[in-house]
Formats: sequence, C-alpha cells, structure tokens
Amino acid sequence: MEPGLYHILFLSTALFFIGVYGFLTRRNLITMLMSIELILNSVNLNFIAFNKYLWPNQMDGLFFSLFIIAIAAAEAAVAIAIIINLYRSHNSIDVENAEDLKY
Amino acid sequence: MPNVTAIALIPLLPLAGFLLLGLFGRKYLKNSSGLIGTVLLLASTILALYTAYEYFFVYGNVGGVYQKFVPLQLTWLEFSPGVSIDMGLIIDPISVMMLVVVTFISLMVHIYSLGYLKGEERFPTYFSYLGLFTFSMLGLVLASNIFQIYIFWELVGVSSFLLIGYYYDKPSAVAACKKAFIVTRFADLGFLIGILILSFSGGTLDFSTLIERLTSPESNAFKTAAASTFLGASALTWGAALVFIGGAGKSAMFPLHIWLPDAMEGPTPVSALIHAATMVVAGVYLVARLFPIFSITVPGVLEIIGWVGAISAIIAAIIACTQTDIKRVLAYSTMSQIGYMMFALGVSNYGGEAGLGYTASMFHLFTHAMFKALLFLGAGAVIHYVHSNDMKDMGGLRKLLPITHITFLIACLAIAGVPPFAGFFSKEEILLAAFQNNMAIYYIALITSGITAFYMFRLYFNIFWNKPHHAHGENKSEGGFVMMLPLILLAISAAAAGFIPFGEFVSSDGRLLESHFHLSFSIAPVALAVVGIFTALWLYKKENDKPAKFASSMGGAYKAAYNKFYIDEVYLFITKKVLFNLIGRPAAWFDKNVVDGLMNLIGTITEYISEGIKKIQSGRVQQYAIYFLGGVIFLAALFIYLLK
Amino acid sequence: MNLLFLIGLPLLTAVAVLLSRNKQQVKWIALAGSIAQLGLAFVLFFIYQQERNSGNAAQMLFEQNYPLFASLNINFHFGVDGISIAMILLTAFVVVAGVLVSWKIEKMTKEFYFLLLLLGMGAYGFFISLDLFILFFFLEISVIPKYLLIGIWGSGKKEYSANKLALMLMGGSALILVGMLGLYFAGGRSFDILTLSKATISAGYQSLLFPLLFVGFGVFTALFPLHTWVPDGHSSAPTAGSMFLAGISMKLGGYGCLRVATYLLPEGAKEFADIIIILSAIAILYGAFATMMQKDLKYINAYSSVSHVGFSLLGIGMLTQTAITGALMQMVSHGLMTALFFAVIGMIYDRTHTRMVGDMGGLMKKLPFISTIFFIVGLCSLGLPGLSGFVAEMTIFMGSWQNTDAFHRIATIAAAMSIVVTAVYILRAIGNTVMGPIKNENYLTLKDAAWNEKLAAILLVAGILAIGIVPGWLNDLLRPAAEEIMNRIAGK
Repeated sequence: MEPGLYHILFLSTALFFIGVYGFLTRRNLITMLMSIELILNSVNLNFIAFNKYLWPNQMDGLFFSLFIIAIAAAEAAVAIAIIINLYRSHNSIDVENAEDLKY
Repeated sequence: MPNVTAIALIPLLPLAGFLLLGLFGRKYLKNSSGLIGTVLLLASTILALYTAYEYFFVYGNVGGVYQKFVPLQLTWLEFSPGVSIDMGLIIDPISVMMLVVVTFISLMVHIYSLGYLKGEERFPTYFSYLGLFTFSMLGLVLASNIFQIYIFWELVGVSSFLLIGYYYDKPSAVAACKKAFIVTRFADLGFLIGILILSFSGGTLDFSTLIERLTSPESNAFKTAAASTFLGASALTWGAALVFIGGAGKSAMFPLHIWLPDAMEGPTPVSALIHAATMVVAGVYLVARLFPIFSITVPGVLEIIGWVGAISAIIAAIIACTQTDIKRVLAYSTMSQIGYMMFALGVSNYGGEAGLGYTASMFHLFTHAMFKALLFLGAGAVIHYVHSNDMKDMGGLRKLLPITHITFLIACLAIAGVPPFAGFFSKEEILLAAFQNNMAIYYIALITSGITAFYMFRLYFNIFWNKPHHAHGENKSEGGFVMMLPLILLAISAAAAGFIPFGEFVSSDGRLLESHFHLSFSIAPVALAVVGIFTALWLYKKENDKPAKFASSMGGAYKAAYNKFYIDEVYLFITKKVLFNLIGRPAAWFDKNVVDGLMNLIGTITEYISEGIKKIQSGRVQQYAIYFLGGVIFLAALFIYLLK
Repeated sequence: MNLLFLIGLPLLTAVAVLLSRNKQQVKWIALAGSIAQLGLAFVLFFIYQQERNSGNAAQMLFEQNYPLFASLNINFHFGVDGISIAMILLTAFVVVAGVLVSWKIEKMTKEFYFLLLLLGMGAYGFFISLDLFILFFFLEISVIPKYLLIGIWGSGKKEYSANKLALMLMGGSALILVGMLGLYFAGGRSFDILTLSKATISAGYQSLLFPLLFVGFGVFTALFPLHTWVPDGHSSAPTAGSMFLAGISMKLGGYGCLRVATYLLPEGAKEFADIIIILSAIAILYGAFATMMQKDLKYINAYSSVSHVGFSLLGIGMLTQTAITGALMQMVSHGLMTALFFAVIGMIYDRTHTRMVGDMGGLMKKLPFISTIFFIVGLCSLGLPGLSGFVAEMTIFMGSWQNTDAFHRIATIAAAMSIVVTAVYILRAIGNTVMGPIKNENYLTLKDAAWNEKLAAILLVAGILAIGIVPGWLNDLLRPAAEEIMNRIAGK
C-alpha cells in the first residue's frame, strides 16, 4: 500500500506528542533536547508531506525543512554547550536542579 | 498747568535714595548715608511745597473750583481694553495737601534720625528703608488708578514691616512686624476684592472715570451694578464696604487695630512717620479719594464708616488711659484721632456746606500729622534719654529736657483741643459736622475729646512732673541740634497750623467752604478738655496713691481696658487655635496621610499583587512549557470553536 | 532663526561635558554652554519681537518641518509663539542659575552636569515642538534625568522620592500618550498641533480625551490631588534638581495643559472647566494651609509651589483671555521665584546644615546677602507689587472676575484668600530664619554667598524684577497667544 498524506500526518502527530510528552516529563536535559529534536522533526515531516502531496511542483516545504534542520543543528550545539556548562557548575544535568533562573 | 517733572521727582528722589543706599550703602556710604537720604528728601520737600504753591495759588483754581489734574498716565499693565493699571500722577487738593504732609514729616524724621540712630550698625539700611517708605507713600498719594493705589498700599505695608522689624534680633520686634503685615494683609484682601467688584462694575480702574461712572445713576455701569445683588446688598455696596475694610486695616480701625500698638517696636522716628502721621492715615485718604462713591452711591456704607470711626475713637481713648508704655499711649491716641477723621468722613455729605465733615477730616489729618509726629519725636527724645519706654522710669524730666518739655506741652495742648493750638480748630469742625448730622456720634466724640485731654496730660505729667528724676547720669545732653530742630519746627506747625483757612483749599467738591466759628459751640469741648487736663493734674502732678486707688475702684473695667479689652486674645484664639489647629494641621495631616497615603496605597497594592503573581516565575522550564502548551491549546480552541 | 540651535546647543554642551577631563573643565564648559543658551534665548526673543513688530501675524514663527516617519505622519515640526518664547527664557534663566549653584558638587560632577544640561535640552525641545509625538519625546527626556538626579545626588529618603516622582510622572505620561493617540486618530491621523487645532473633533470625543490629557499633564504641574510627588521630590532633590523640578518641569505640565489639552480640545475644556476650578481652588488654599504647618524649608517651598501652581491651573480653568494670560505669567513668575527660593534654601543649608526653620535664627547678621535674597523671594511669593508674583496673580484675579456667575466669583475669592495665608507662612519662615536672635553659636562664623551663588541669585532676581516692575513686555508677549487659544475656545 502506497502511504498517503494521512499516514504521514499521523506519524508526525504521534512524533510531535511523543516529543512534547518527553519534554514535559523527562528530567534529564539531554533527553529533553532529544524530545525537542523529535518535535522539530515532526514539523519537518509535515512540511515535506504537504509539499509532496498538495503542491508537488513547488519546493517551499523542502527549503523550510532544510532551514529547520540547520537551525536544529545550531540549537543542539548551543543547548549542549549550555548543558555542559550547567554540569560544570551544578554537577548535574537534571532540570530540577537548574531552577536558579527565577524571581 | 502742573509741572510733570517736578511732581514726578517728588516720589522718585526718595526712590533713588532707597536704591542708592540699599545697594551701596553698606559698603561705600556707611557714614554719608543719612546725609544723602536727608538731602534727597529735602529736595523732595521743596518740590512738594513748590507744587502746592503752584496748585493752590497759580493754576489749580479755575472759576472758583479746584480742578483735578492727571498730568501723567502711563499704562503699566493692560488687562483688557479700557481696564488697565496705569501709573499716573493725580493732582487735586487732597493729594497736594498729602504731598506736603508726607514730605515735610518725612524730612523731619530724616533729620531727627540722624541724631537718634547715630552709631547704629545698620544706619544705611535704615535710611534706605525710610526712602522706600517715603517713595511708596508718595506714590500712594499721587495714585490716579485704584490698582496703582493698591500697589503702593502694599509697598507701604512692606516698608512698614521692614521698619518695625528694624531691630530684627529682638523677638518682640519680629513678632510685631509679622503681626502688622498679616493684619493689614487680611484687610487688603477685602480691598482687593473690593477693587475687583468696583472695577468690574465700572469697567475701568481709573479713579476719575470710575467715580464718574459709579456716581451718575444714568450710566449703564451704575444700573447693572445696582441691579446685581448679593445677600441683599448691591454689588456696589459690597465693593465699597470691602474697599473700606482695606482702609480700616491700614488705618487701624476697630477691630483691625491690633497691629498698631505692637508696631511701636520699631525705632521711634519710624513710629512718628509711619504709625502716626502718614501711613496710618492712608485709609482715611482712600475713603476721601473715593468719597463721591461712598457719599452719593452707597450712603449706607458711609454710615458704617462713621460708626466704625466713632467706636474706634472712644475705645482707643479709654485704653490709652490705662497704658504705661508711653509709645503705646501714643499709638492708641493715634488710633483714636484717626477714628475722628474716619467718622468726620462718615458724617459728611458730598458738596457745599454739607461737605463740612470732609474738609474737617482732611484738616484734622493735616494738623494731627504735625502734633502727633511731634509727640512721637518728643517721646523719642525722652526714650533716648532714659532708655526705657515705661512711664514708671520717667518723671521730673522738665528741667533736664527743656526743649522737649515745651514742644511736648504744645503738642499735648494741640491734641487736647485747647485754643489756639491746631487741634482745636480741626476738632471743632469735626464736632460741628457730627453735630449737624448724627447726634449720637457727636456725643461719643465729645466724651472722647475729654478723655483725650485726660490721657495726654496723664502722659505729660508722668513724664515731666510726678516724681523727681534722679536715676540716670545727669550730664547727658538733650540730643543735639539735629534732634531738637525737628521738634521746634513741628511745634511751630502744631501751634500755627490751625489758622490755615482749610476750607478754602480742600473741600469735597473743590469749591470754597466758609468755616464758621461758633463761640457757643466750642464751649462744651473746650470745657471738657480743661476738665480732663485738671483731672490729670490732680492725679499725676505729684507722686501719690490716688491713681492706684482710682484704678482699683474701677475694678474689672480698668483691668479690661488695661488688657486692651482682650481683643488680642480673641485674635490669638482665632489664629492659633482655629487657623492652625483646625485648618492647617488637618490639611497637613490629610496631605501626608490621606492624599499621599492613597498614592502609597496604589504602590503597595501593586507590590502586593506582583508579590503574588511572581510565584509563576518558578524557574522550572517544564512548568513554563506546560503553561505555554495550555495557552496554545486554549487559543487553538478559541480559534477553532468560538471564532469560526 | 533656526530653532534647532536651541536643541543643538545644549546637546553640544552636554557632549562636551562628557568628553571633558576634569571637574574644573566640566563646570566651566557647562557654565559657558548655559550662558550661551541664555544669550540664544535672548536673541530669539529679540528677533521674535522684531518679526512681530514688522507685522508678521502668523501664529507660529520660525516654523521648521522635517518628516520623521512619513508613513505615520510624524514630523519634526518646530515653531514658537509668545508662550514658547516666555518659557524658553524662563528655562534659560533657570539653567544658568542651576549650573551656578551646583558649583560645589563633588560627587560624579561630570554626570551631574550632563544630566542637568540634558534636562534643559528636553525643556527647550518641549517648548518648541509643534508635533505631539516630538513633544512627548522631549517630555520624557526631561523625566529620566530627574530620577537620576534625585536618586544619586539627593538627600534624605532619596530612593523613595525618586521612585515616587518617576512613577507618578510616568503615570501622567501614560495618560498623555493615550490621549495623544486618541487625538491622532480623531484628528485625521496627525500629531501636528496646528493641524489638530483646525480639525473638528466631536464634543463627546473631546470630553473623553480632555481628562486624559489634562490629568496627564496635570500630574507634572501638581494638580490636586496628584501633587504628592512634589513635597517628597523637592525635599530629596539636590538644590539644582529642585530648581529644575519646580522651575521648569512643573511648567512643562502647565504648558501642556494649556497648549495641548485646552487648545486642542476646547469643548472638553469647557465641559471640565468647573472641575478644574474646584481642584485648583482647593489646591491653592489647601496647599497654603498645609504649608503653614511645615517645618522644613524645602517642604515649605514645595507646598507653597502646589498653592502657587494652583493659580496657573485656576487661570486656565477660568477660560478668559486675561485669566489665561495671567496663568502663563504665573508659570513664568513661579518658575523664577521658586528656582530662586530653592537656590536660597540650598545656600542656607550648605552653611547651617539644617533646613529646619526652628533651628535657625538671626541669619541676617552673618549672611546679609542670602537673607536679603530670601526676603525678596518671600515677598515675591506673597505677591508684593514690584515683584513678579503680584503681576501674575492680579492678572488671574482680574481675568477670573470677568466670569459673572457666583461659582466663579466664590472660587476667585477663595483663591484670593490664600494671599493672607501665604503671608502667614512666608513671614513665619522669614521671621524664624533670617530674623530673630542667633540661636546657634556656630552661625557666628558663617560666610556669606560666594560669587557663583551671588551671580545665580542676581540673575533670577533680575528676572523677577523685570516682570514685576515693567510687566508690559511679558503681557504683550503672552496676550496674542492667549487670544489665539481663546478664539479657539470661543469657536471662532
């Protein structure tokens, strides 16, 4: 069976919510970062699927996903830098321990 | 025609003195300052005499009527077309008469002060203040515009303040100058509102136009003003009455007189100039200036003026009998005599024979200026000699101060109304005017003149007779030529001024007023005066216990009079208790706690709320993410289901 | 004349101050700059007179208009009329005096002078702006430096005062901003005062916007009951700060109340005139009575400022040409007077180290110059003829009396009563400080004013006398502008 738009959308929605769930429940910052990557990838999937099924002769969705991938890479670099620094100062990468940034 | 330059220079010369001495006196003119002030004033006096001569004998009288000239009028501040404050010079009989009085007395005081205040540290300051006062007073006299008179009115008030407070390191002097300023200021509030009413009704601030419009019943201004009423009295009545309150304050009329006795804290020559001869008669002058309005338009107010004058005259005379500070006695005597001038205006009518009271009032103003200045300067000489104001420290000075003694006696006779001294003639006319118009006031005046003779001679005997004088170093001289010269000159004026045929020069409508001399009429006042003098002689010539016995037999009445009928206490109660405690303190409290509190409350509430909501900012990333998610879901739901 | 000089010169001076090396340099540059501003103000005044005398009857002279955001119709639009000229002169006087009395500031001198000059620039810009957006911009420029001036160089509970002042003025600004935007949209998308003055705005809309603008500017000029920043702000501010605050900033509010609120929204003004009158009459009397109970000289002058500024608002509320002229005169007069008053208080404080009336006495003996100035300014405050206060107050009274109904009359009489209360508190202050016996032996060694203080005082006294003795010029300057405002109110 050829996968249709709905299949892909189902997949991306599932990915998205898994990501959200992961982001909200995990305490490990690395896992949270991974969850964010899941969310971003679900968006990428959406872009590509819409591009392919609805406007096959345009490339907009493709470009957007490329941008998102690039940004995700940059973001991961920054985030990991932050996490490393956090680890150095707090000796932990548990998000519960990183709540200094408050009122 | 009037010589504008000469007239304008009369007030400007003292002003120049004020500026010169005020700016450079302390540093550069320390020793010559008195002389500079005196010379400038001498020039001013000569110009005033010249103006008076020219006016009365050369150009003033046209067809039997003394004309009013306004030789100079400069717009100072324009409010709206026709309504402007002008700086002008008015030349009419009363202003010319006042010019002479003010410059002459001021000159005498200047000369006298050269001796009296010799060696004072603030000598230049004193003369600069005198210059300021003389300038302001002359400006007041020459004012051609009701607002101009108000301006100079305030300026004389402030120069009086400065001079009373001349000994600024004496707390009593500070209190006195504040009191004088504030009480007259209160009266000036009435004056100001009166000006607003009158000028609005008349559509002008110019004296001549104002009088013209408000005295002719046909004019529009008159009709509208008479039609608009407030609390049952017409706008004009209110306006005139309020203007009179201003005059009453400056002239120390009951019940606004409380500042005058305290004002004696100033140097004695100042009291002679300001608080006896010139500034305190400004109220009388003001009423005289607006006399047509008072007399023709609002006779009711004029009657009030009459009664206020009469009551002031008798109350002040009674209080004067009990005081022991010689300057205070003179102060109350001044108040009493101004009361005479006031009620003389009050019983007068406008024009012709019926205007006798007006002439008499101005005449008395003139003679009073001479003998009262003399009395004060004489008292100054005595104080200079014994270094005390109190009668108890005096007595038996007649041998030690011969010139002072003679001149003081002349002044006492003049004020008591003994012929042929000046006071007799002017008082005679006042009594006659009262007799013709208001018998009640006439009797009050008659009794007062008896009391006047009594208290003046009480003063005289206590200073110069009574006990023999021994306490002080006897080698001191009387005060030198500069102090004696004014006394002698003033004594001559006080003796002779009565023979001036005043009615020929000054009358309510500018026409000649024959003064009739009734021998039978003068018997009663002269007899009363003589009785008064002899009572004083009997009581005070020798030191004895009669006065004390007499006082104790009077009991409460004496005590009340000694305490000035407790009027000061009433005022003190009103200001200290009511104004400060019931208005000032609550206002300050209200501001600090309620108004400011409200602002602080807003601040506190804001702080409190933010204290509550800042908990949301917990620092937990995942919590934020949940809020965010919730927000997104909420918005999504909103857009999908509600805002389709 | 190019009006941009008026903004450029202070800015240049301020920058020069920032770049200068030492304190001495800072002071002299600031002084030279401020004197140059004064000269510029005088030049402007004379050119303006010349232009008017030669028959130029345009409402605004020396207009300049450059687009800033063309799409939003925001322009750098400058121009001056008589009111602006009078206010610019006032500002120039106060700036020079303020620079002079701050000569002894040791702490962060450079920053202090920079802020002073910045404040001055804000005021100049405010008074020449004809575009509400720019006007608002300059208004804000003159708020922030005040916060810093009080917060850093102040005394007493300075943090509290600085916060209070800044927050209340910002609150006022917020109201102004809203009102201004309302005007922008109601008046056909324009911030231009001249355009807006010709726009027709419905009466209902006017009475919606008027309170916003009037209260907003009213906060700046101590409209009762939003005056509470005044006593605290003044008492905590350094001398020059108080001078600027009372002498200039409060005038920004009065100017705004008149030029923006009343002039652009005449119907609203008519609708709310009675409330303005009631509030200002209360402020006048209540301020005066509250002053009576104060013991600190700065509080005395602060509360008396509330009372005096009330006269300006009363004049505006009376809506007659004479009263409005009087209100403007009162602004100028009060600006000079109160700046001088604060300067004198500062001089006394520098010597006696107290501002409590009860602790002083007999200063006349050792400080004759300062005491004389204190006398003069006190007498000006209580409205002595020959000094500026009298002229302004009398003009307001005469103008107020032209309203014939009982309400206006009673309000006028109530306001007039304050002249007695003013006399009471001024004489109390004078009597207890400069007069009387010397209470403290240390005072026997005090030194009278230094050259800078003398110069500052003489400068301001000269201004006061110039208005008090020959008020004609100020009257002629302000009257046509007031007439223009009245014409708008009368619907001509």
